[in-house]
Amino acid sequence: MSWLGVLLVALIAYSTKLAGIIIPNSILERPYVSKLAVLLPVALLSALTAIQVFGSGQSLVIDARFAGLSAGVVAYFLKAPFILIVLVAALTAALLRFFFGVN
Amino acid sequence: MSLTPVLRRQISLEAISIGLATGAYGISFGAIAASSGFSILQTQVLSLLLFTGASQFAYVGVLGAGGSVLSGLATASLLGVRNGLYGMRIAQLTKPAGWQKLFFAQITIDESTALANKYDQSQDTARWAFLAAGLSVYVFWNIATLTGALLATSVGDPKTFGLDAAIGAGFFALVAPRLNSRLNKLLALAAVLVALALTPLLTAGLPVLATALLAIVLAKRAD
Repeated sequence: MSWLGVLLVALIAYSTKLAGIIIPNSILERPYVSKLAVLLPVALLSALTAIQVFGSGQSLVIDARFAGLSAGVVAYFLKAPFILIVLVAALTAALLRFFFGVN
Repeated sequence: MSLTPVLRRQISLEAISIGLATGAYGISFGAIAASSGFSILQTQVLSLLLFTGASQFAYVGVLGAGGSVLSGLATASLLGVRNGLYGMRIAQLTKPAGWQKLFFAQITIDESTALANKYDQSQDTARWAFLAAGLSVYVFWNIATLTGALLATSVGDPKTFGLDAAIGAGFFALVAPRLNSRLNKLLALAAVLVALALTPLLTAGLPVLATALLAIVLAKRAD
């Protein structure tokens, strides 16, 4: 993967954090900006979830990843911590592939 | 209220437990990044320099799925907008002097801001909480990243261990706690549908990015 991308993404993130600390509050303290900061992660993370589970290049498929996510969702509602949700999802997909040859 | 030794100890312990809990999922970031085509060094540099979990997962997720560097950059950076607002709050609460701002900025994340907010009774307590949580997460997150990256490079095909399934579950676990209002739930549902509908039509990375427009329009209406 490109080193330029890795360094740029880090630079932009750092600049965003620093901007908040040094820019006078009046510029950032608008309802629109704070609303946006809450809504952007909701939209992007939801889209990323869907694409990572159903996307395969430019087609959509249902495979072991979906079973993994489903198990992860159950773990979430059972109040499991982040790391456990991820582990349960991985394990579910891995077992389905190993024992049942699911794609 | 001043920062008494008892309070200092209490805040520190809390910061360490936050660091351990949050840091632990650095293992999944390390494993996912390393199996998405990033070298161990690149994976580690992302945790050392980018250091904001959701953006890190997004960047490697988009590029790992074949998206361009540009869509990865845009997605990760839009996710990081909230850190700018956290920076504002941290500046108000802790009043960093000159050069300290450069250092405070790097550890301005969800967890450090949350703990500073919790102990906002004085500048001293907020500052201690911010630094303790920020540093604690920084250390554990980076150690865990390296562990995950090393584990992933030693297992071979990431599909065998379901690492590809872990990515989607990871994003779900990041977004689920944010679905605390009707508006957020509807936006999440719309984003899922739009991203899936656009997948056959646009190159990888763009369908996710397009959902940022939904958030922008909604935020405008709520303004």
